[in-house]
Amino acid sequence: MSGKSRVAAHVKALPFSGIRKFFDIVSSRKDVISLGVGEPDFDAPRTVRDVAVDSLERGETHYTSNRGDPDLRKSVARYIERQFGASYDWDTEVLITVGVSEAIDIALRTIINPGDEVLYHEPCFVSYRPSITMAGGVPICVETRAEDQFRLTRAMLEKAVTPKTTVLMLNFPCNPTGAVLSRADVEDISDFCVKHDLLLLTDEIYAELTYESKHVSFASIPGMKERTIFLHGLSKAWAMTGFRIGYACAAPEISENMMKLHQYAIMSAPTTGQRAAAEALDHGDEAVADMVAEYNRRRNYLISAFEEMGIPCHTPAGAFYAFPYIGDLGLSAEEFAMRFLEAHNVAVVPGDAFGTCGAGFLRCAYATSMDNIREAMKRMAEFVADLRAEAK
Amino acid sequence: MDELLNILKQNARTSLEDIAKMLRSTPVDVAAKIEGYEKAGTIRGYRTLINEDHIPDDDVTAVIQVKVQPERDGGFDRIARKISDFPEVINMHLMSGKYDLLLFVRGKNLREVAFFVSEELATIDGVMSTGTHFMLKTYKEDGVLMVGDKPDKRLQVCP
Repeated sequence: MSGKSRVAAHVKALPFSGIRKFFDIVSSRKDVISLGVGEPDFDAPRTVRDVAVDSLERGETHYTSNRGDPDLRKSVARYIERQFGASYDWDTEVLITVGVSEAIDIALRTIINPGDEVLYHEPCFVSYRPSITMAGGVPICVETRAEDQFRLTRAMLEKAVTPKTTVLMLNFPCNPTGAVLSRADVEDISDFCVKHDLLLLTDEIYAELTYESKHVSFASIPGMKERTIFLHGLSKAWAMTGFRIGYACAAPEISENMMKLHQYAIMSAPTTGQRAAAEALDHGDEAVADMVAEYNRRRNYLISAFEEMGIPCHTPAGAFYAFPYIGDLGLSAEEFAMRFLEAHNVAVVPGDAFGTCGAGFLRCAYATSMDNIREAMKRMAEFVADLRAEAK
Repeated sequence: MDELLNILKQNARTSLEDIAKMLRSTPVDVAAKIEGYEKAGTIRGYRTLINEDHIPDDDVTAVIQVKVQPERDGGFDRIARKISDFPEVINMHLMSGKYDLLLFVRGKNLREVAFFVSEELATIDGVMSTGTHFMLKTYKEDGVLMVGDKPDKRLQVCP
């Protein structure tokens, strides 16, 4: 081949994830205490694993229907009704995907025409902006702020919407900020979507992981179903990241067109994972409750530790991330993270990996043991004290 | 269960300061609550979980199933109290099923346990039969793995 690159220009233009560089550095070190892991430290519940093993032993190693195993889709419909008060037809409105990651990709590719503007909020999960771009859309970022507890308000959206806007994409509870929306916020934003005739793509993967009030799903708001693609999955609350099972619920026309993309690229989500997912949704409430209680203890510990250090941190009411502000210490978030890693062998992720408005912030994941959290906070307190002494 | 009790159950050595952080409380309030539970008898004691395989002695532990004759006034309580008085009995539970009491008995060696069963336990008025099993190895106790640590196999940083 000639020296010319054969990679498609639009793919080459995509930036690598902001986390990747930091991941490479952390991986080269031993015995790092990592607060940088965005997946549960728990294993999937025992009964879920047993169902998966049993399924394999029975020889269930073949495709399911493209849309997903009917028993799982029924479980999904029942669960959403029970948990969120939203009603979907299991046969025509539920699609099982390879994690919510696939659901985001095919949802955007289904609903975006080239040049459509898609509103989304930052700081956010690393794949959202690139996914919008790859789907031919124009990502329009709405920056959320610590003074608003990183909530998204209607006023912010009204400033950003234009006649070209067709989609609003949301993620609450939010990775990386831990922010949640109140019922009033959800109703207000729903009204905004109706007023501007927008489709709403809502990634609610952390819905069960809330600590101060129950999550309100956009799917439960009267009148929103026809314009909402509700995404959820098994990775976080049930600690089933490796099973790769998510789902998308939407009105039939959108659902069946998402299914086209899904069937061509994927065929069907992993069969073993689907069996396990049904068990999790039908019988996993107690296991989830235990994990949420443990996350809450850790969350409280982190918030208290930041307060003691004098590090401002809004109270994260969902997910398993805290987003403290270290910008007053004279270092960028990346400098802080690198120096902290070098000096104390603790990994935290710079907030600007999640969007430029994350500059000055760190994402600290509490999906790790209390012993690790305790030690990490002890070391951070020493590091912060050293930085303050340097600055004098 | 009260969150405070959950925390102490997981690790009774958790400091008051750490408990206060986890509960968004103060060390003084946490201490007061613990004292309340101790006075009420809800917290009965604090124990250390020791991996016996690391201790160079020959102590043996036996699990003994006991069938007893319940009494008209008091059911199993009187005989249970009598048996639990023996210092060799370290745990005792009333059970459903084929036998009534489940005992964990510790002795310096197999012979000592056997003597306890035949000379002390079986001779108690009301004990109808016993079944003795010797513990060979402890893999897990009170929710704590005794054999090997579980490594964290996750990616060290992921979005």
